[in-house]
Amino acid sequence: MSNPLAIELKGVTKVFGQVVANKDVDLQVRKGEILAILGENGSGKTTLMNMLSGIYYPDEGQIFVNGEEVVIKSPKDSFKYKIGMIHQHFKLVDVFSATENIVLGVNDNEKYNIKQAKKRVQKIIEKYGFEINLDSKIYEMSVSEKQTVEIIKVLYRGADILILDEPTAVLTPQETSKLFGILRRMREDNKAIIIITHKLHEVLELTDRVSVLRKGEYIGTVETKDATEQSLTEMMVGKKISLNIERPDPVNPKDRLIVKNITATNSDGREVIKDISFTARSGEILGIAGIAGSGQRELLESIAGLHHLSDGEILYMTGGETVNLRDKSPTQIRDLGVRLSFVPEDRLGMGLVGNMDIIDNMMLRSYKKGNSVFLDRKKPKDLAESIIKSLEVVTPNATTPVRRLSGGNVQKVLVGREIASNPKVLMVAYPVRGLDINSSYTIYNLLTKQKENGVAIIFVGEDLDVLIELCDRIMVINSGRITGIVDGRTAVKEEIGILMTQDSKEEKNNE
Amino acid sequence: MSKKQKTHEPLFHIAKRDSLPWYYSWAIRIIAIILALMVSALLTLFLTDENPISIFSTMIDGAFGSSRRIWNLLQNIAILLCVSLALTPAFKMRFWNIGGEGQVLIGGLATAACMICLGGKIPNTLLILLMIISSIAAGAIWAVIPAIFKAKYNTNETLFTLMMNYVGIQLVSYFVNIWEVPKGSGTIGIINQTNQEGWLPVIGEYDYLLNVIVVLVITVLMYLYLKYSKHGYEISVVGESENTAKYIGINVKKVIIRTMLLSGAVCGIAGLLLVGGTNHTITTTTANNRGFTAIMVSWLAKFNPIYMIFTTFLLVFLERGANEISTVFRLNQSFSDIITGIILFFIIGSEFFINYQIKFHTRKEVK
Amino acid sequence: MVTSTAIITLIQRAILQGIPILYGSTGEILTEKSGNLNLGIPGIMYVGGISGVIGAFLYEESLRDGGTVNAFLAVFIPMICTIIGSLLMGLIYCFLTVTLRANQNVTGLAMTTFGVGFGNFFGASLVSLTDSDIPSVALTKTSAYFRVTLPFAETTGWFGKVFLSYGFMTYLAIIIAVLCAIFLKRTKGGLHLRAVGENPATADAAGINVERSKYLATCIGSIIAGLGGLFYVMDYANGVWSNEGFGDRGWLAIALVIFAIWKPDFAIFGSILFGGLYIVYLFIPGLALSTQELFKMLPYIVTIIVLIIVSARNKRENQPPGYLGLPYFREER
Repeated sequence: MSNPLAIELKGVTKVFGQVVANKDVDLQVRKGEILAILGENGSGKTTLMNMLSGIYYPDEGQIFVNGEEVVIKSPKDSFKYKIGMIHQHFKLVDVFSATENIVLGVNDNEKYNIKQAKKRVQKIIEKYGFEINLDSKIYEMSVSEKQTVEIIKVLYRGADILILDEPTAVLTPQETSKLFGILRRMREDNKAIIIITHKLHEVLELTDRVSVLRKGEYIGTVETKDATEQSLTEMMVGKKISLNIERPDPVNPKDRLIVKNITATNSDGREVIKDISFTARSGEILGIAGIAGSGQRELLESIAGLHHLSDGEILYMTGGETVNLRDKSPTQIRDLGVRLSFVPEDRLGMGLVGNMDIIDNMMLRSYKKGNSVFLDRKKPKDLAESIIKSLEVVTPNATTPVRRLSGGNVQKVLVGREIASNPKVLMVAYPVRGLDINSSYTIYNLLTKQKENGVAIIFVGEDLDVLIELCDRIMVINSGRITGIVDGRTAVKEEIGILMTQDSKEEKNNE
Repeated sequence: MSKKQKTHEPLFHIAKRDSLPWYYSWAIRIIAIILALMVSALLTLFLTDENPISIFSTMIDGAFGSSRRIWNLLQNIAILLCVSLALTPAFKMRFWNIGGEGQVLIGGLATAACMICLGGKIPNTLLILLMIISSIAAGAIWAVIPAIFKAKYNTNETLFTLMMNYVGIQLVSYFVNIWEVPKGSGTIGIINQTNQEGWLPVIGEYDYLLNVIVVLVITVLMYLYLKYSKHGYEISVVGESENTAKYIGINVKKVIIRTMLLSGAVCGIAGLLLVGGTNHTITTTTANNRGFTAIMVSWLAKFNPIYMIFTTFLLVFLERGANEISTVFRLNQSFSDIITGIILFFIIGSEFFINYQIKFHTRKEVK
Repeated sequence: MVTSTAIITLIQRAILQGIPILYGSTGEILTEKSGNLNLGIPGIMYVGGISGVIGAFLYEESLRDGGTVNAFLAVFIPMICTIIGSLLMGLIYCFLTVTLRANQNVTGLAMTTFGVGFGNFFGASLVSLTDSDIPSVALTKTSAYFRVTLPFAETTGWFGKVFLSYGFMTYLAIIIAVLCAIFLKRTKGGLHLRAVGENPATADAAGINVERSKYLATCIGSIIAGLGGLFYVMDYANGVWSNEGFGDRGWLAIALVIFAIWKPDFAIFGSILFGGLYIVYLFIPGLALSTQELFKMLPYIVTIIVLIIVSARNKRENQPPGYLGLPYFREER
């Protein structure tokens, strides 16, 4: 405890438009200490750290580095105060070697000599025990190696305060323990380390203290040795908040979509969903909970025919008929008469075309119908107008490009279109992200109405309160695997929280 | 609170504009054109000592001064518009087809080949029919080669189509040498001058009326195709977002290849009109850089076929007008290129003020 | 029979043909490494050429009343004119594409229209000033200084002919290309520049001034390309400017960039190969005039083949810079 403070935040507040990302946050990090910042998705962890790395500028509050108040307006300022942040999305030049990336942009007024630079980098590597081939190109590297390059890059610039944003999200357990070894060595070297995470066992294993954020607010800081998974989860998810979302009981549920042992890999060859099996039933909302990036997107895209499966099958059943959707393209799925709608996470980059007006966006799904070479804009126009009316979309008219609408209205247009095709299965990913309260409830009500009409709904969400009140069943996934399926009516927030954060290693131990 | 950091704060920053009423954006463009014309007038003034009024009236005279000149203007508009229309579907798809020059030439070459090799041997109607088919096919083939490689290997289309231009030019040069009349002249002269076999028919007394009508029809068709057909819709979706295209099940590769076939085919028609309907001969400069000018026409018109009529008119008017200036004031022909260049610079630059806005910082005190 | 003299002449001619292209493509490589696809290079080379011609013309005019030609001025004046002319072109391009974020293809093509027009306009104007019958300007006095060969060029047999028999700008072109290669490969500035072209957001985050890098690379690239125009008139064409004489060499320079897979040292050999391919028909006996035209396609065909192979093999180092042709706007997400 005798270590001096490296960083202190006092009363930091950051507001984006209507959304308060951080509210009156205090934080302290000492030299020679590893601090965890714990919180759910959207709790404001990354925003807070981005104010230290110079990406955002706080609206209110003070930042102290080594006891002195500082103003950090740009990444350059941040370097000046020896703060280095390792972002989730690496900023590396693919065709450069590791060394080239590490020395990029460093102005040390020395003659450029890649061999000299390499020697200096080598010293850092030996000091902390990194494992990396400095001559390999970034595009040849695994995610973990890329992360190593990012960390060395920050150290090469002399950082004494390191911030790591969910560093283990992309790592295997072996890679994770290697990383922890390195972080511990840095701690011995008297560096201050902040690690953003929501994996509880990692917090307990690695850190000295934990600061918890919830919905942008600072909840508190505890000594890790005094904390347990239970106590941290309680701090993280908080008391249950009642939202009063209407939830009628499922009427006559029938198996609609049966997913059997599916596995898929991403472009790096890493398995992103592993051996997932579940059944979605008609008249029921199946929630999917999990930390962002646990395979939710790939799971939905696999069902929609956008992601190749390396194993397993997806069966769609209506009235006694069964269709296997595996390895079918979206067009083939549609041609087979499968009524599947999908509201993707990326609304303007995937679900809609930002520069097209509402009418043309209505046509995305239906324009191919009929044999005419020409488009039929009559029906889409009627649809657009009825959606604008029934969902109260705020827009000058139906010919306004959707990118000009606010987030909530964009989402209404997208969900409205997907519901309009009378789906039997409706998949929605983070449908209320970025939406205000009223728009969110409009979406919940729409989904519930669809459920009452007998649609099987798969709902990927991040707010546990919403999942618990809206969904009939909640499936929890973690690192591409199912860690549990719970009943929405009896589910307890902490239970889901633990299922979300325990990793596969623990899961095996539990079995 | 340390004050010294304040120097770091930039005075203004640039932000993307959300939207701009159409009249505002057109006002910006018109101001740009007026400024450009003023600069051009100053330049001309400097070189000729004529007053600006007479310079502009000379330009107008050069473009509209006689019925002959008006027809020339229309003919040039028609051909340039045709090439611009051809390139537009590719551009809407974000496929940079800068190979219009080569595609037009190859279309013209196919036309000339039919006229030379088959003229007089088969009925004229059949000959013209063959010319139409072969010019369209030739242009389409020339354009689809880069498209296939783009679809298969993601080969850079800008550079590929650019290179295809010069392969095309040399191919024309080869055939010009083979067909040259008289031997040793290096040109092929007017093809079938005596019997006019394969010459596209003249409507009434107006040499170029047919071209104008054909291009008008193409303009309307292209407008309808892009705006109202399912293909046109797919082109827009692919151009805007490949992710969305995949999400709704569009076969992106197929769309690329199909669109480039169309693009090349219309270029082929431009070649047909040039060789069969206008020049009745072919040289390596038959396309006269229209493949490149058309890129600017199409881009300035925001890829809208109807606006393209105006942008084509603007560019052709400038060219004819500047030509007239050079003749009247005894400057040389290339003067028109300089004027065109200056005006393009201004219009290109003006787009910035339409798409972006400059926000000045109002300093906000931080407590 | 193909004699050794024929081969020596072929090499000499290939080098002379290749050098203007080498200047153009070295300049374009530097430019493209910053992410700018400058299709205005053909225009810039025209402007570079005519600016030098204007300089030389004015200098020769000033000597009309019997002054003697000063070797330094005869070289210095045209060169400085070329540098100014092509620098201005580079600045126009940068202002439009970097500061005003205009579309690079459209801007480049407009620059080419403008530049070729500019060259031909002033070329023709100079011709009309000289009142001569032939449509060209001859600047033989200054040109002679550009064409001074190295010592021993005449006395060392084939070696002298192949290696020593060129004007200084030939060697300058090779030196510039080598320097550019070293700059890109082995210096911090080169590393930073490549980062800008590959991934401007990363470069920006690393504290590199993206706009400044783009301006510098493009303007210096323009100057180098402009020197190619100067070389063409003063050395290759013996100081004779004739309109359209420069032909499509500017586009060949852009082709060579691809052929050399964005490496200036490769461009040196590539340019000689291109030059050779461009004129090889002259050395194959019994070719019909028409077939000669087919041979002139070779540089372009070869370029297309390289382009296809590079994209099909998809080897990352040989790809065009990652952000080639795209504007960078920090606030765009």
